[in-house]
Amino acid sequence: MLKMDAVQKQLLQEVAELHDIPEGAYNLRANGESVGRNSTANIEIIGKTDKSGIDIKIKDGTKNESVHIPVVLSESGLKETVYNDFYVGENCDVLIVAGCGIDNCGTQDSEHDGIHRFFVGKNSKVRYVEKHYGSGNGTGKRVLNPVTEVYQEENSVVDMEMVQIKGVDNTDRKTIAELKAGAKLNVRERLMTHGEQQAFSTYSVSLNGDGSSADVVSRSVARDNSYQKLDLCVNGNAACSGHTECDSIIMDSGRILAVPSLEANSVDAALVHEAAIGKIAGEQLIKLMTLGLTEAEAEEQIINGFLK
Amino acid sequence: MLELKNITFSADDSGKTSDIIRGISLMIPDDKFIVITGPNGGGKSTLAKIIAGIIKPTDGRLIFNGTDITDMSITERARSGIGFAFQQPVRFKGLTVLDLLRIAAGKNLSVSDACTYLSEVGLCAKDYIRREVNASLSGGELKRIEIATVMARNVKLAVFDEPEAGIDLWSFNNLIRIFENMRKAEQSRTVVVISHQERLLKIADEIIVLSDGQLIKQGPAEDILPEIMSSNYAQTICPKIED
Repeated sequence: MLKMDAVQKQLLQEVAELHDIPEGAYNLRANGESVGRNSTANIEIIGKTDKSGIDIKIKDGTKNESVHIPVVLSESGLKETVYNDFYVGENCDVLIVAGCGIDNCGTQDSEHDGIHRFFVGKNSKVRYVEKHYGSGNGTGKRVLNPVTEVYQEENSVVDMEMVQIKGVDNTDRKTIAELKAGAKLNVRERLMTHGEQQAFSTYSVSLNGDGSSADVVSRSVARDNSYQKLDLCVNGNAACSGHTECDSIIMDSGRILAVPSLEANSVDAALVHEAAIGKIAGEQLIKLMTLGLTEAEAEEQIINGFLK
Repeated sequence: MLELKNITFSADDSGKTSDIIRGISLMIPDDKFIVITGPNGGGKSTLAKIIAGIIKPTDGRLIFNGTDITDMSITERARSGIGFAFQQPVRFKGLTVLDLLRIAAGKNLSVSDACTYLSEVGLCAKDYIRREVNASLSGGELKRIEIATVMARNVKLAVFDEPEAGIDLWSFNNLIRIFENMRKAEQSRTVVVISHQERLLKIADEIIVLSDGQLIKQGPAEDILPEIMSSNYAQTICPKIED
């Protein structure tokens, strides 16, 4: 942590809500290199030898422990692809906090592509929080292209919270999940784009085992001239239940293409999708204005609540 | 005190101008509980929205405590001390009941204070304070939260548009108590309620009767109520269509 400057510490605060070295297992990466790592008795973090990235191995029965693996980039023009693999044993209950903050004050594009794979053992519960944040007033773009792959064994539960609220110019997010019998996946994605930003988010969830279920909900706001494409697909290949929802607010000249899709390959698959795009309802603004807010303040409150 | 001077409002109805409010002048004094009543389509809700600034009158002036508020925005009127509870409350995805009460109070209201407002409207705060004001709430629950948001504001004039709609009979006594408490809590505060409920009319200091966009009667409840009960104000007259 001593190697990190003020900008990097600010980024760390934004993406991982960390002021200092976290408790438990962690790997802190700044400008392309590891600046701190800690393994615990139950959670081992090992650097990969063939490519950039780490393996995180969580022992069977590990409960109430956490892993933090934030990444910060404050050097303009830095581009990196990092492979992180999480092997979660059986009967675990853990919190994994990832995330990337880029501060680009220069003219060259900065890019971090994190490829995360999760192998979640039987009966394990994982809560995964991933936040992306960009800052800096340089002309160089801040680019994040995360890939998340989740492989869930029987009766495992994965709750994912994916947040990208500010400052990332381009993002192409891909999430793939495969679930065995009784496994559950809950995704809450929150996305806000502004300026000339572009964001693509693709989910492909395969419910392969009987009793598996997925609930994939994306809430997004596109402001200014930004563009978003949200592609949420659930494949029901067994007696399963799946739900996808894209709920979006457009403002200014923002544009959104929402493509929720379902594929049922089993007669016992119960799948539902919902999609709604629209501007902020006039009556919502009026209600908050009757409580004393200006129109702009009302708009901010509605957006903040929507993305909370 | 609010004074309405010759308020008119006309709306476009398929290319034809329809007069919704036709030159209403009246005084709403301080420290009163006033019920506005009259037949459906008589202009009551429109008049309430004109007071809150949601609808701009076609003509006429509104004077609130000596200040001409006719050209003031909704926000300015709210900040000058006018509160308004919607007949059909608005839903918000993401905003919680606590968020809404904090916005209404204009400060970081403590959870304990927010709970007091919810308890007042008959909702168990523990169950509702963190809930989103979204489609998961019933019409009656939303209505009570709507009333709580106006209570959380320290207003001089509170206008409620049909607050009893959607409130079950069991809670009706509670609703009456709320209005009485609201008026007692602040000296010089006036509570205006649009309602058809006889029990609300009975506890009013004054009753205003609107029909066909016009002021028909205004006066003490003891004078107006017997007239309403024995008249046909509340009956919509359907004229026979002549060839």
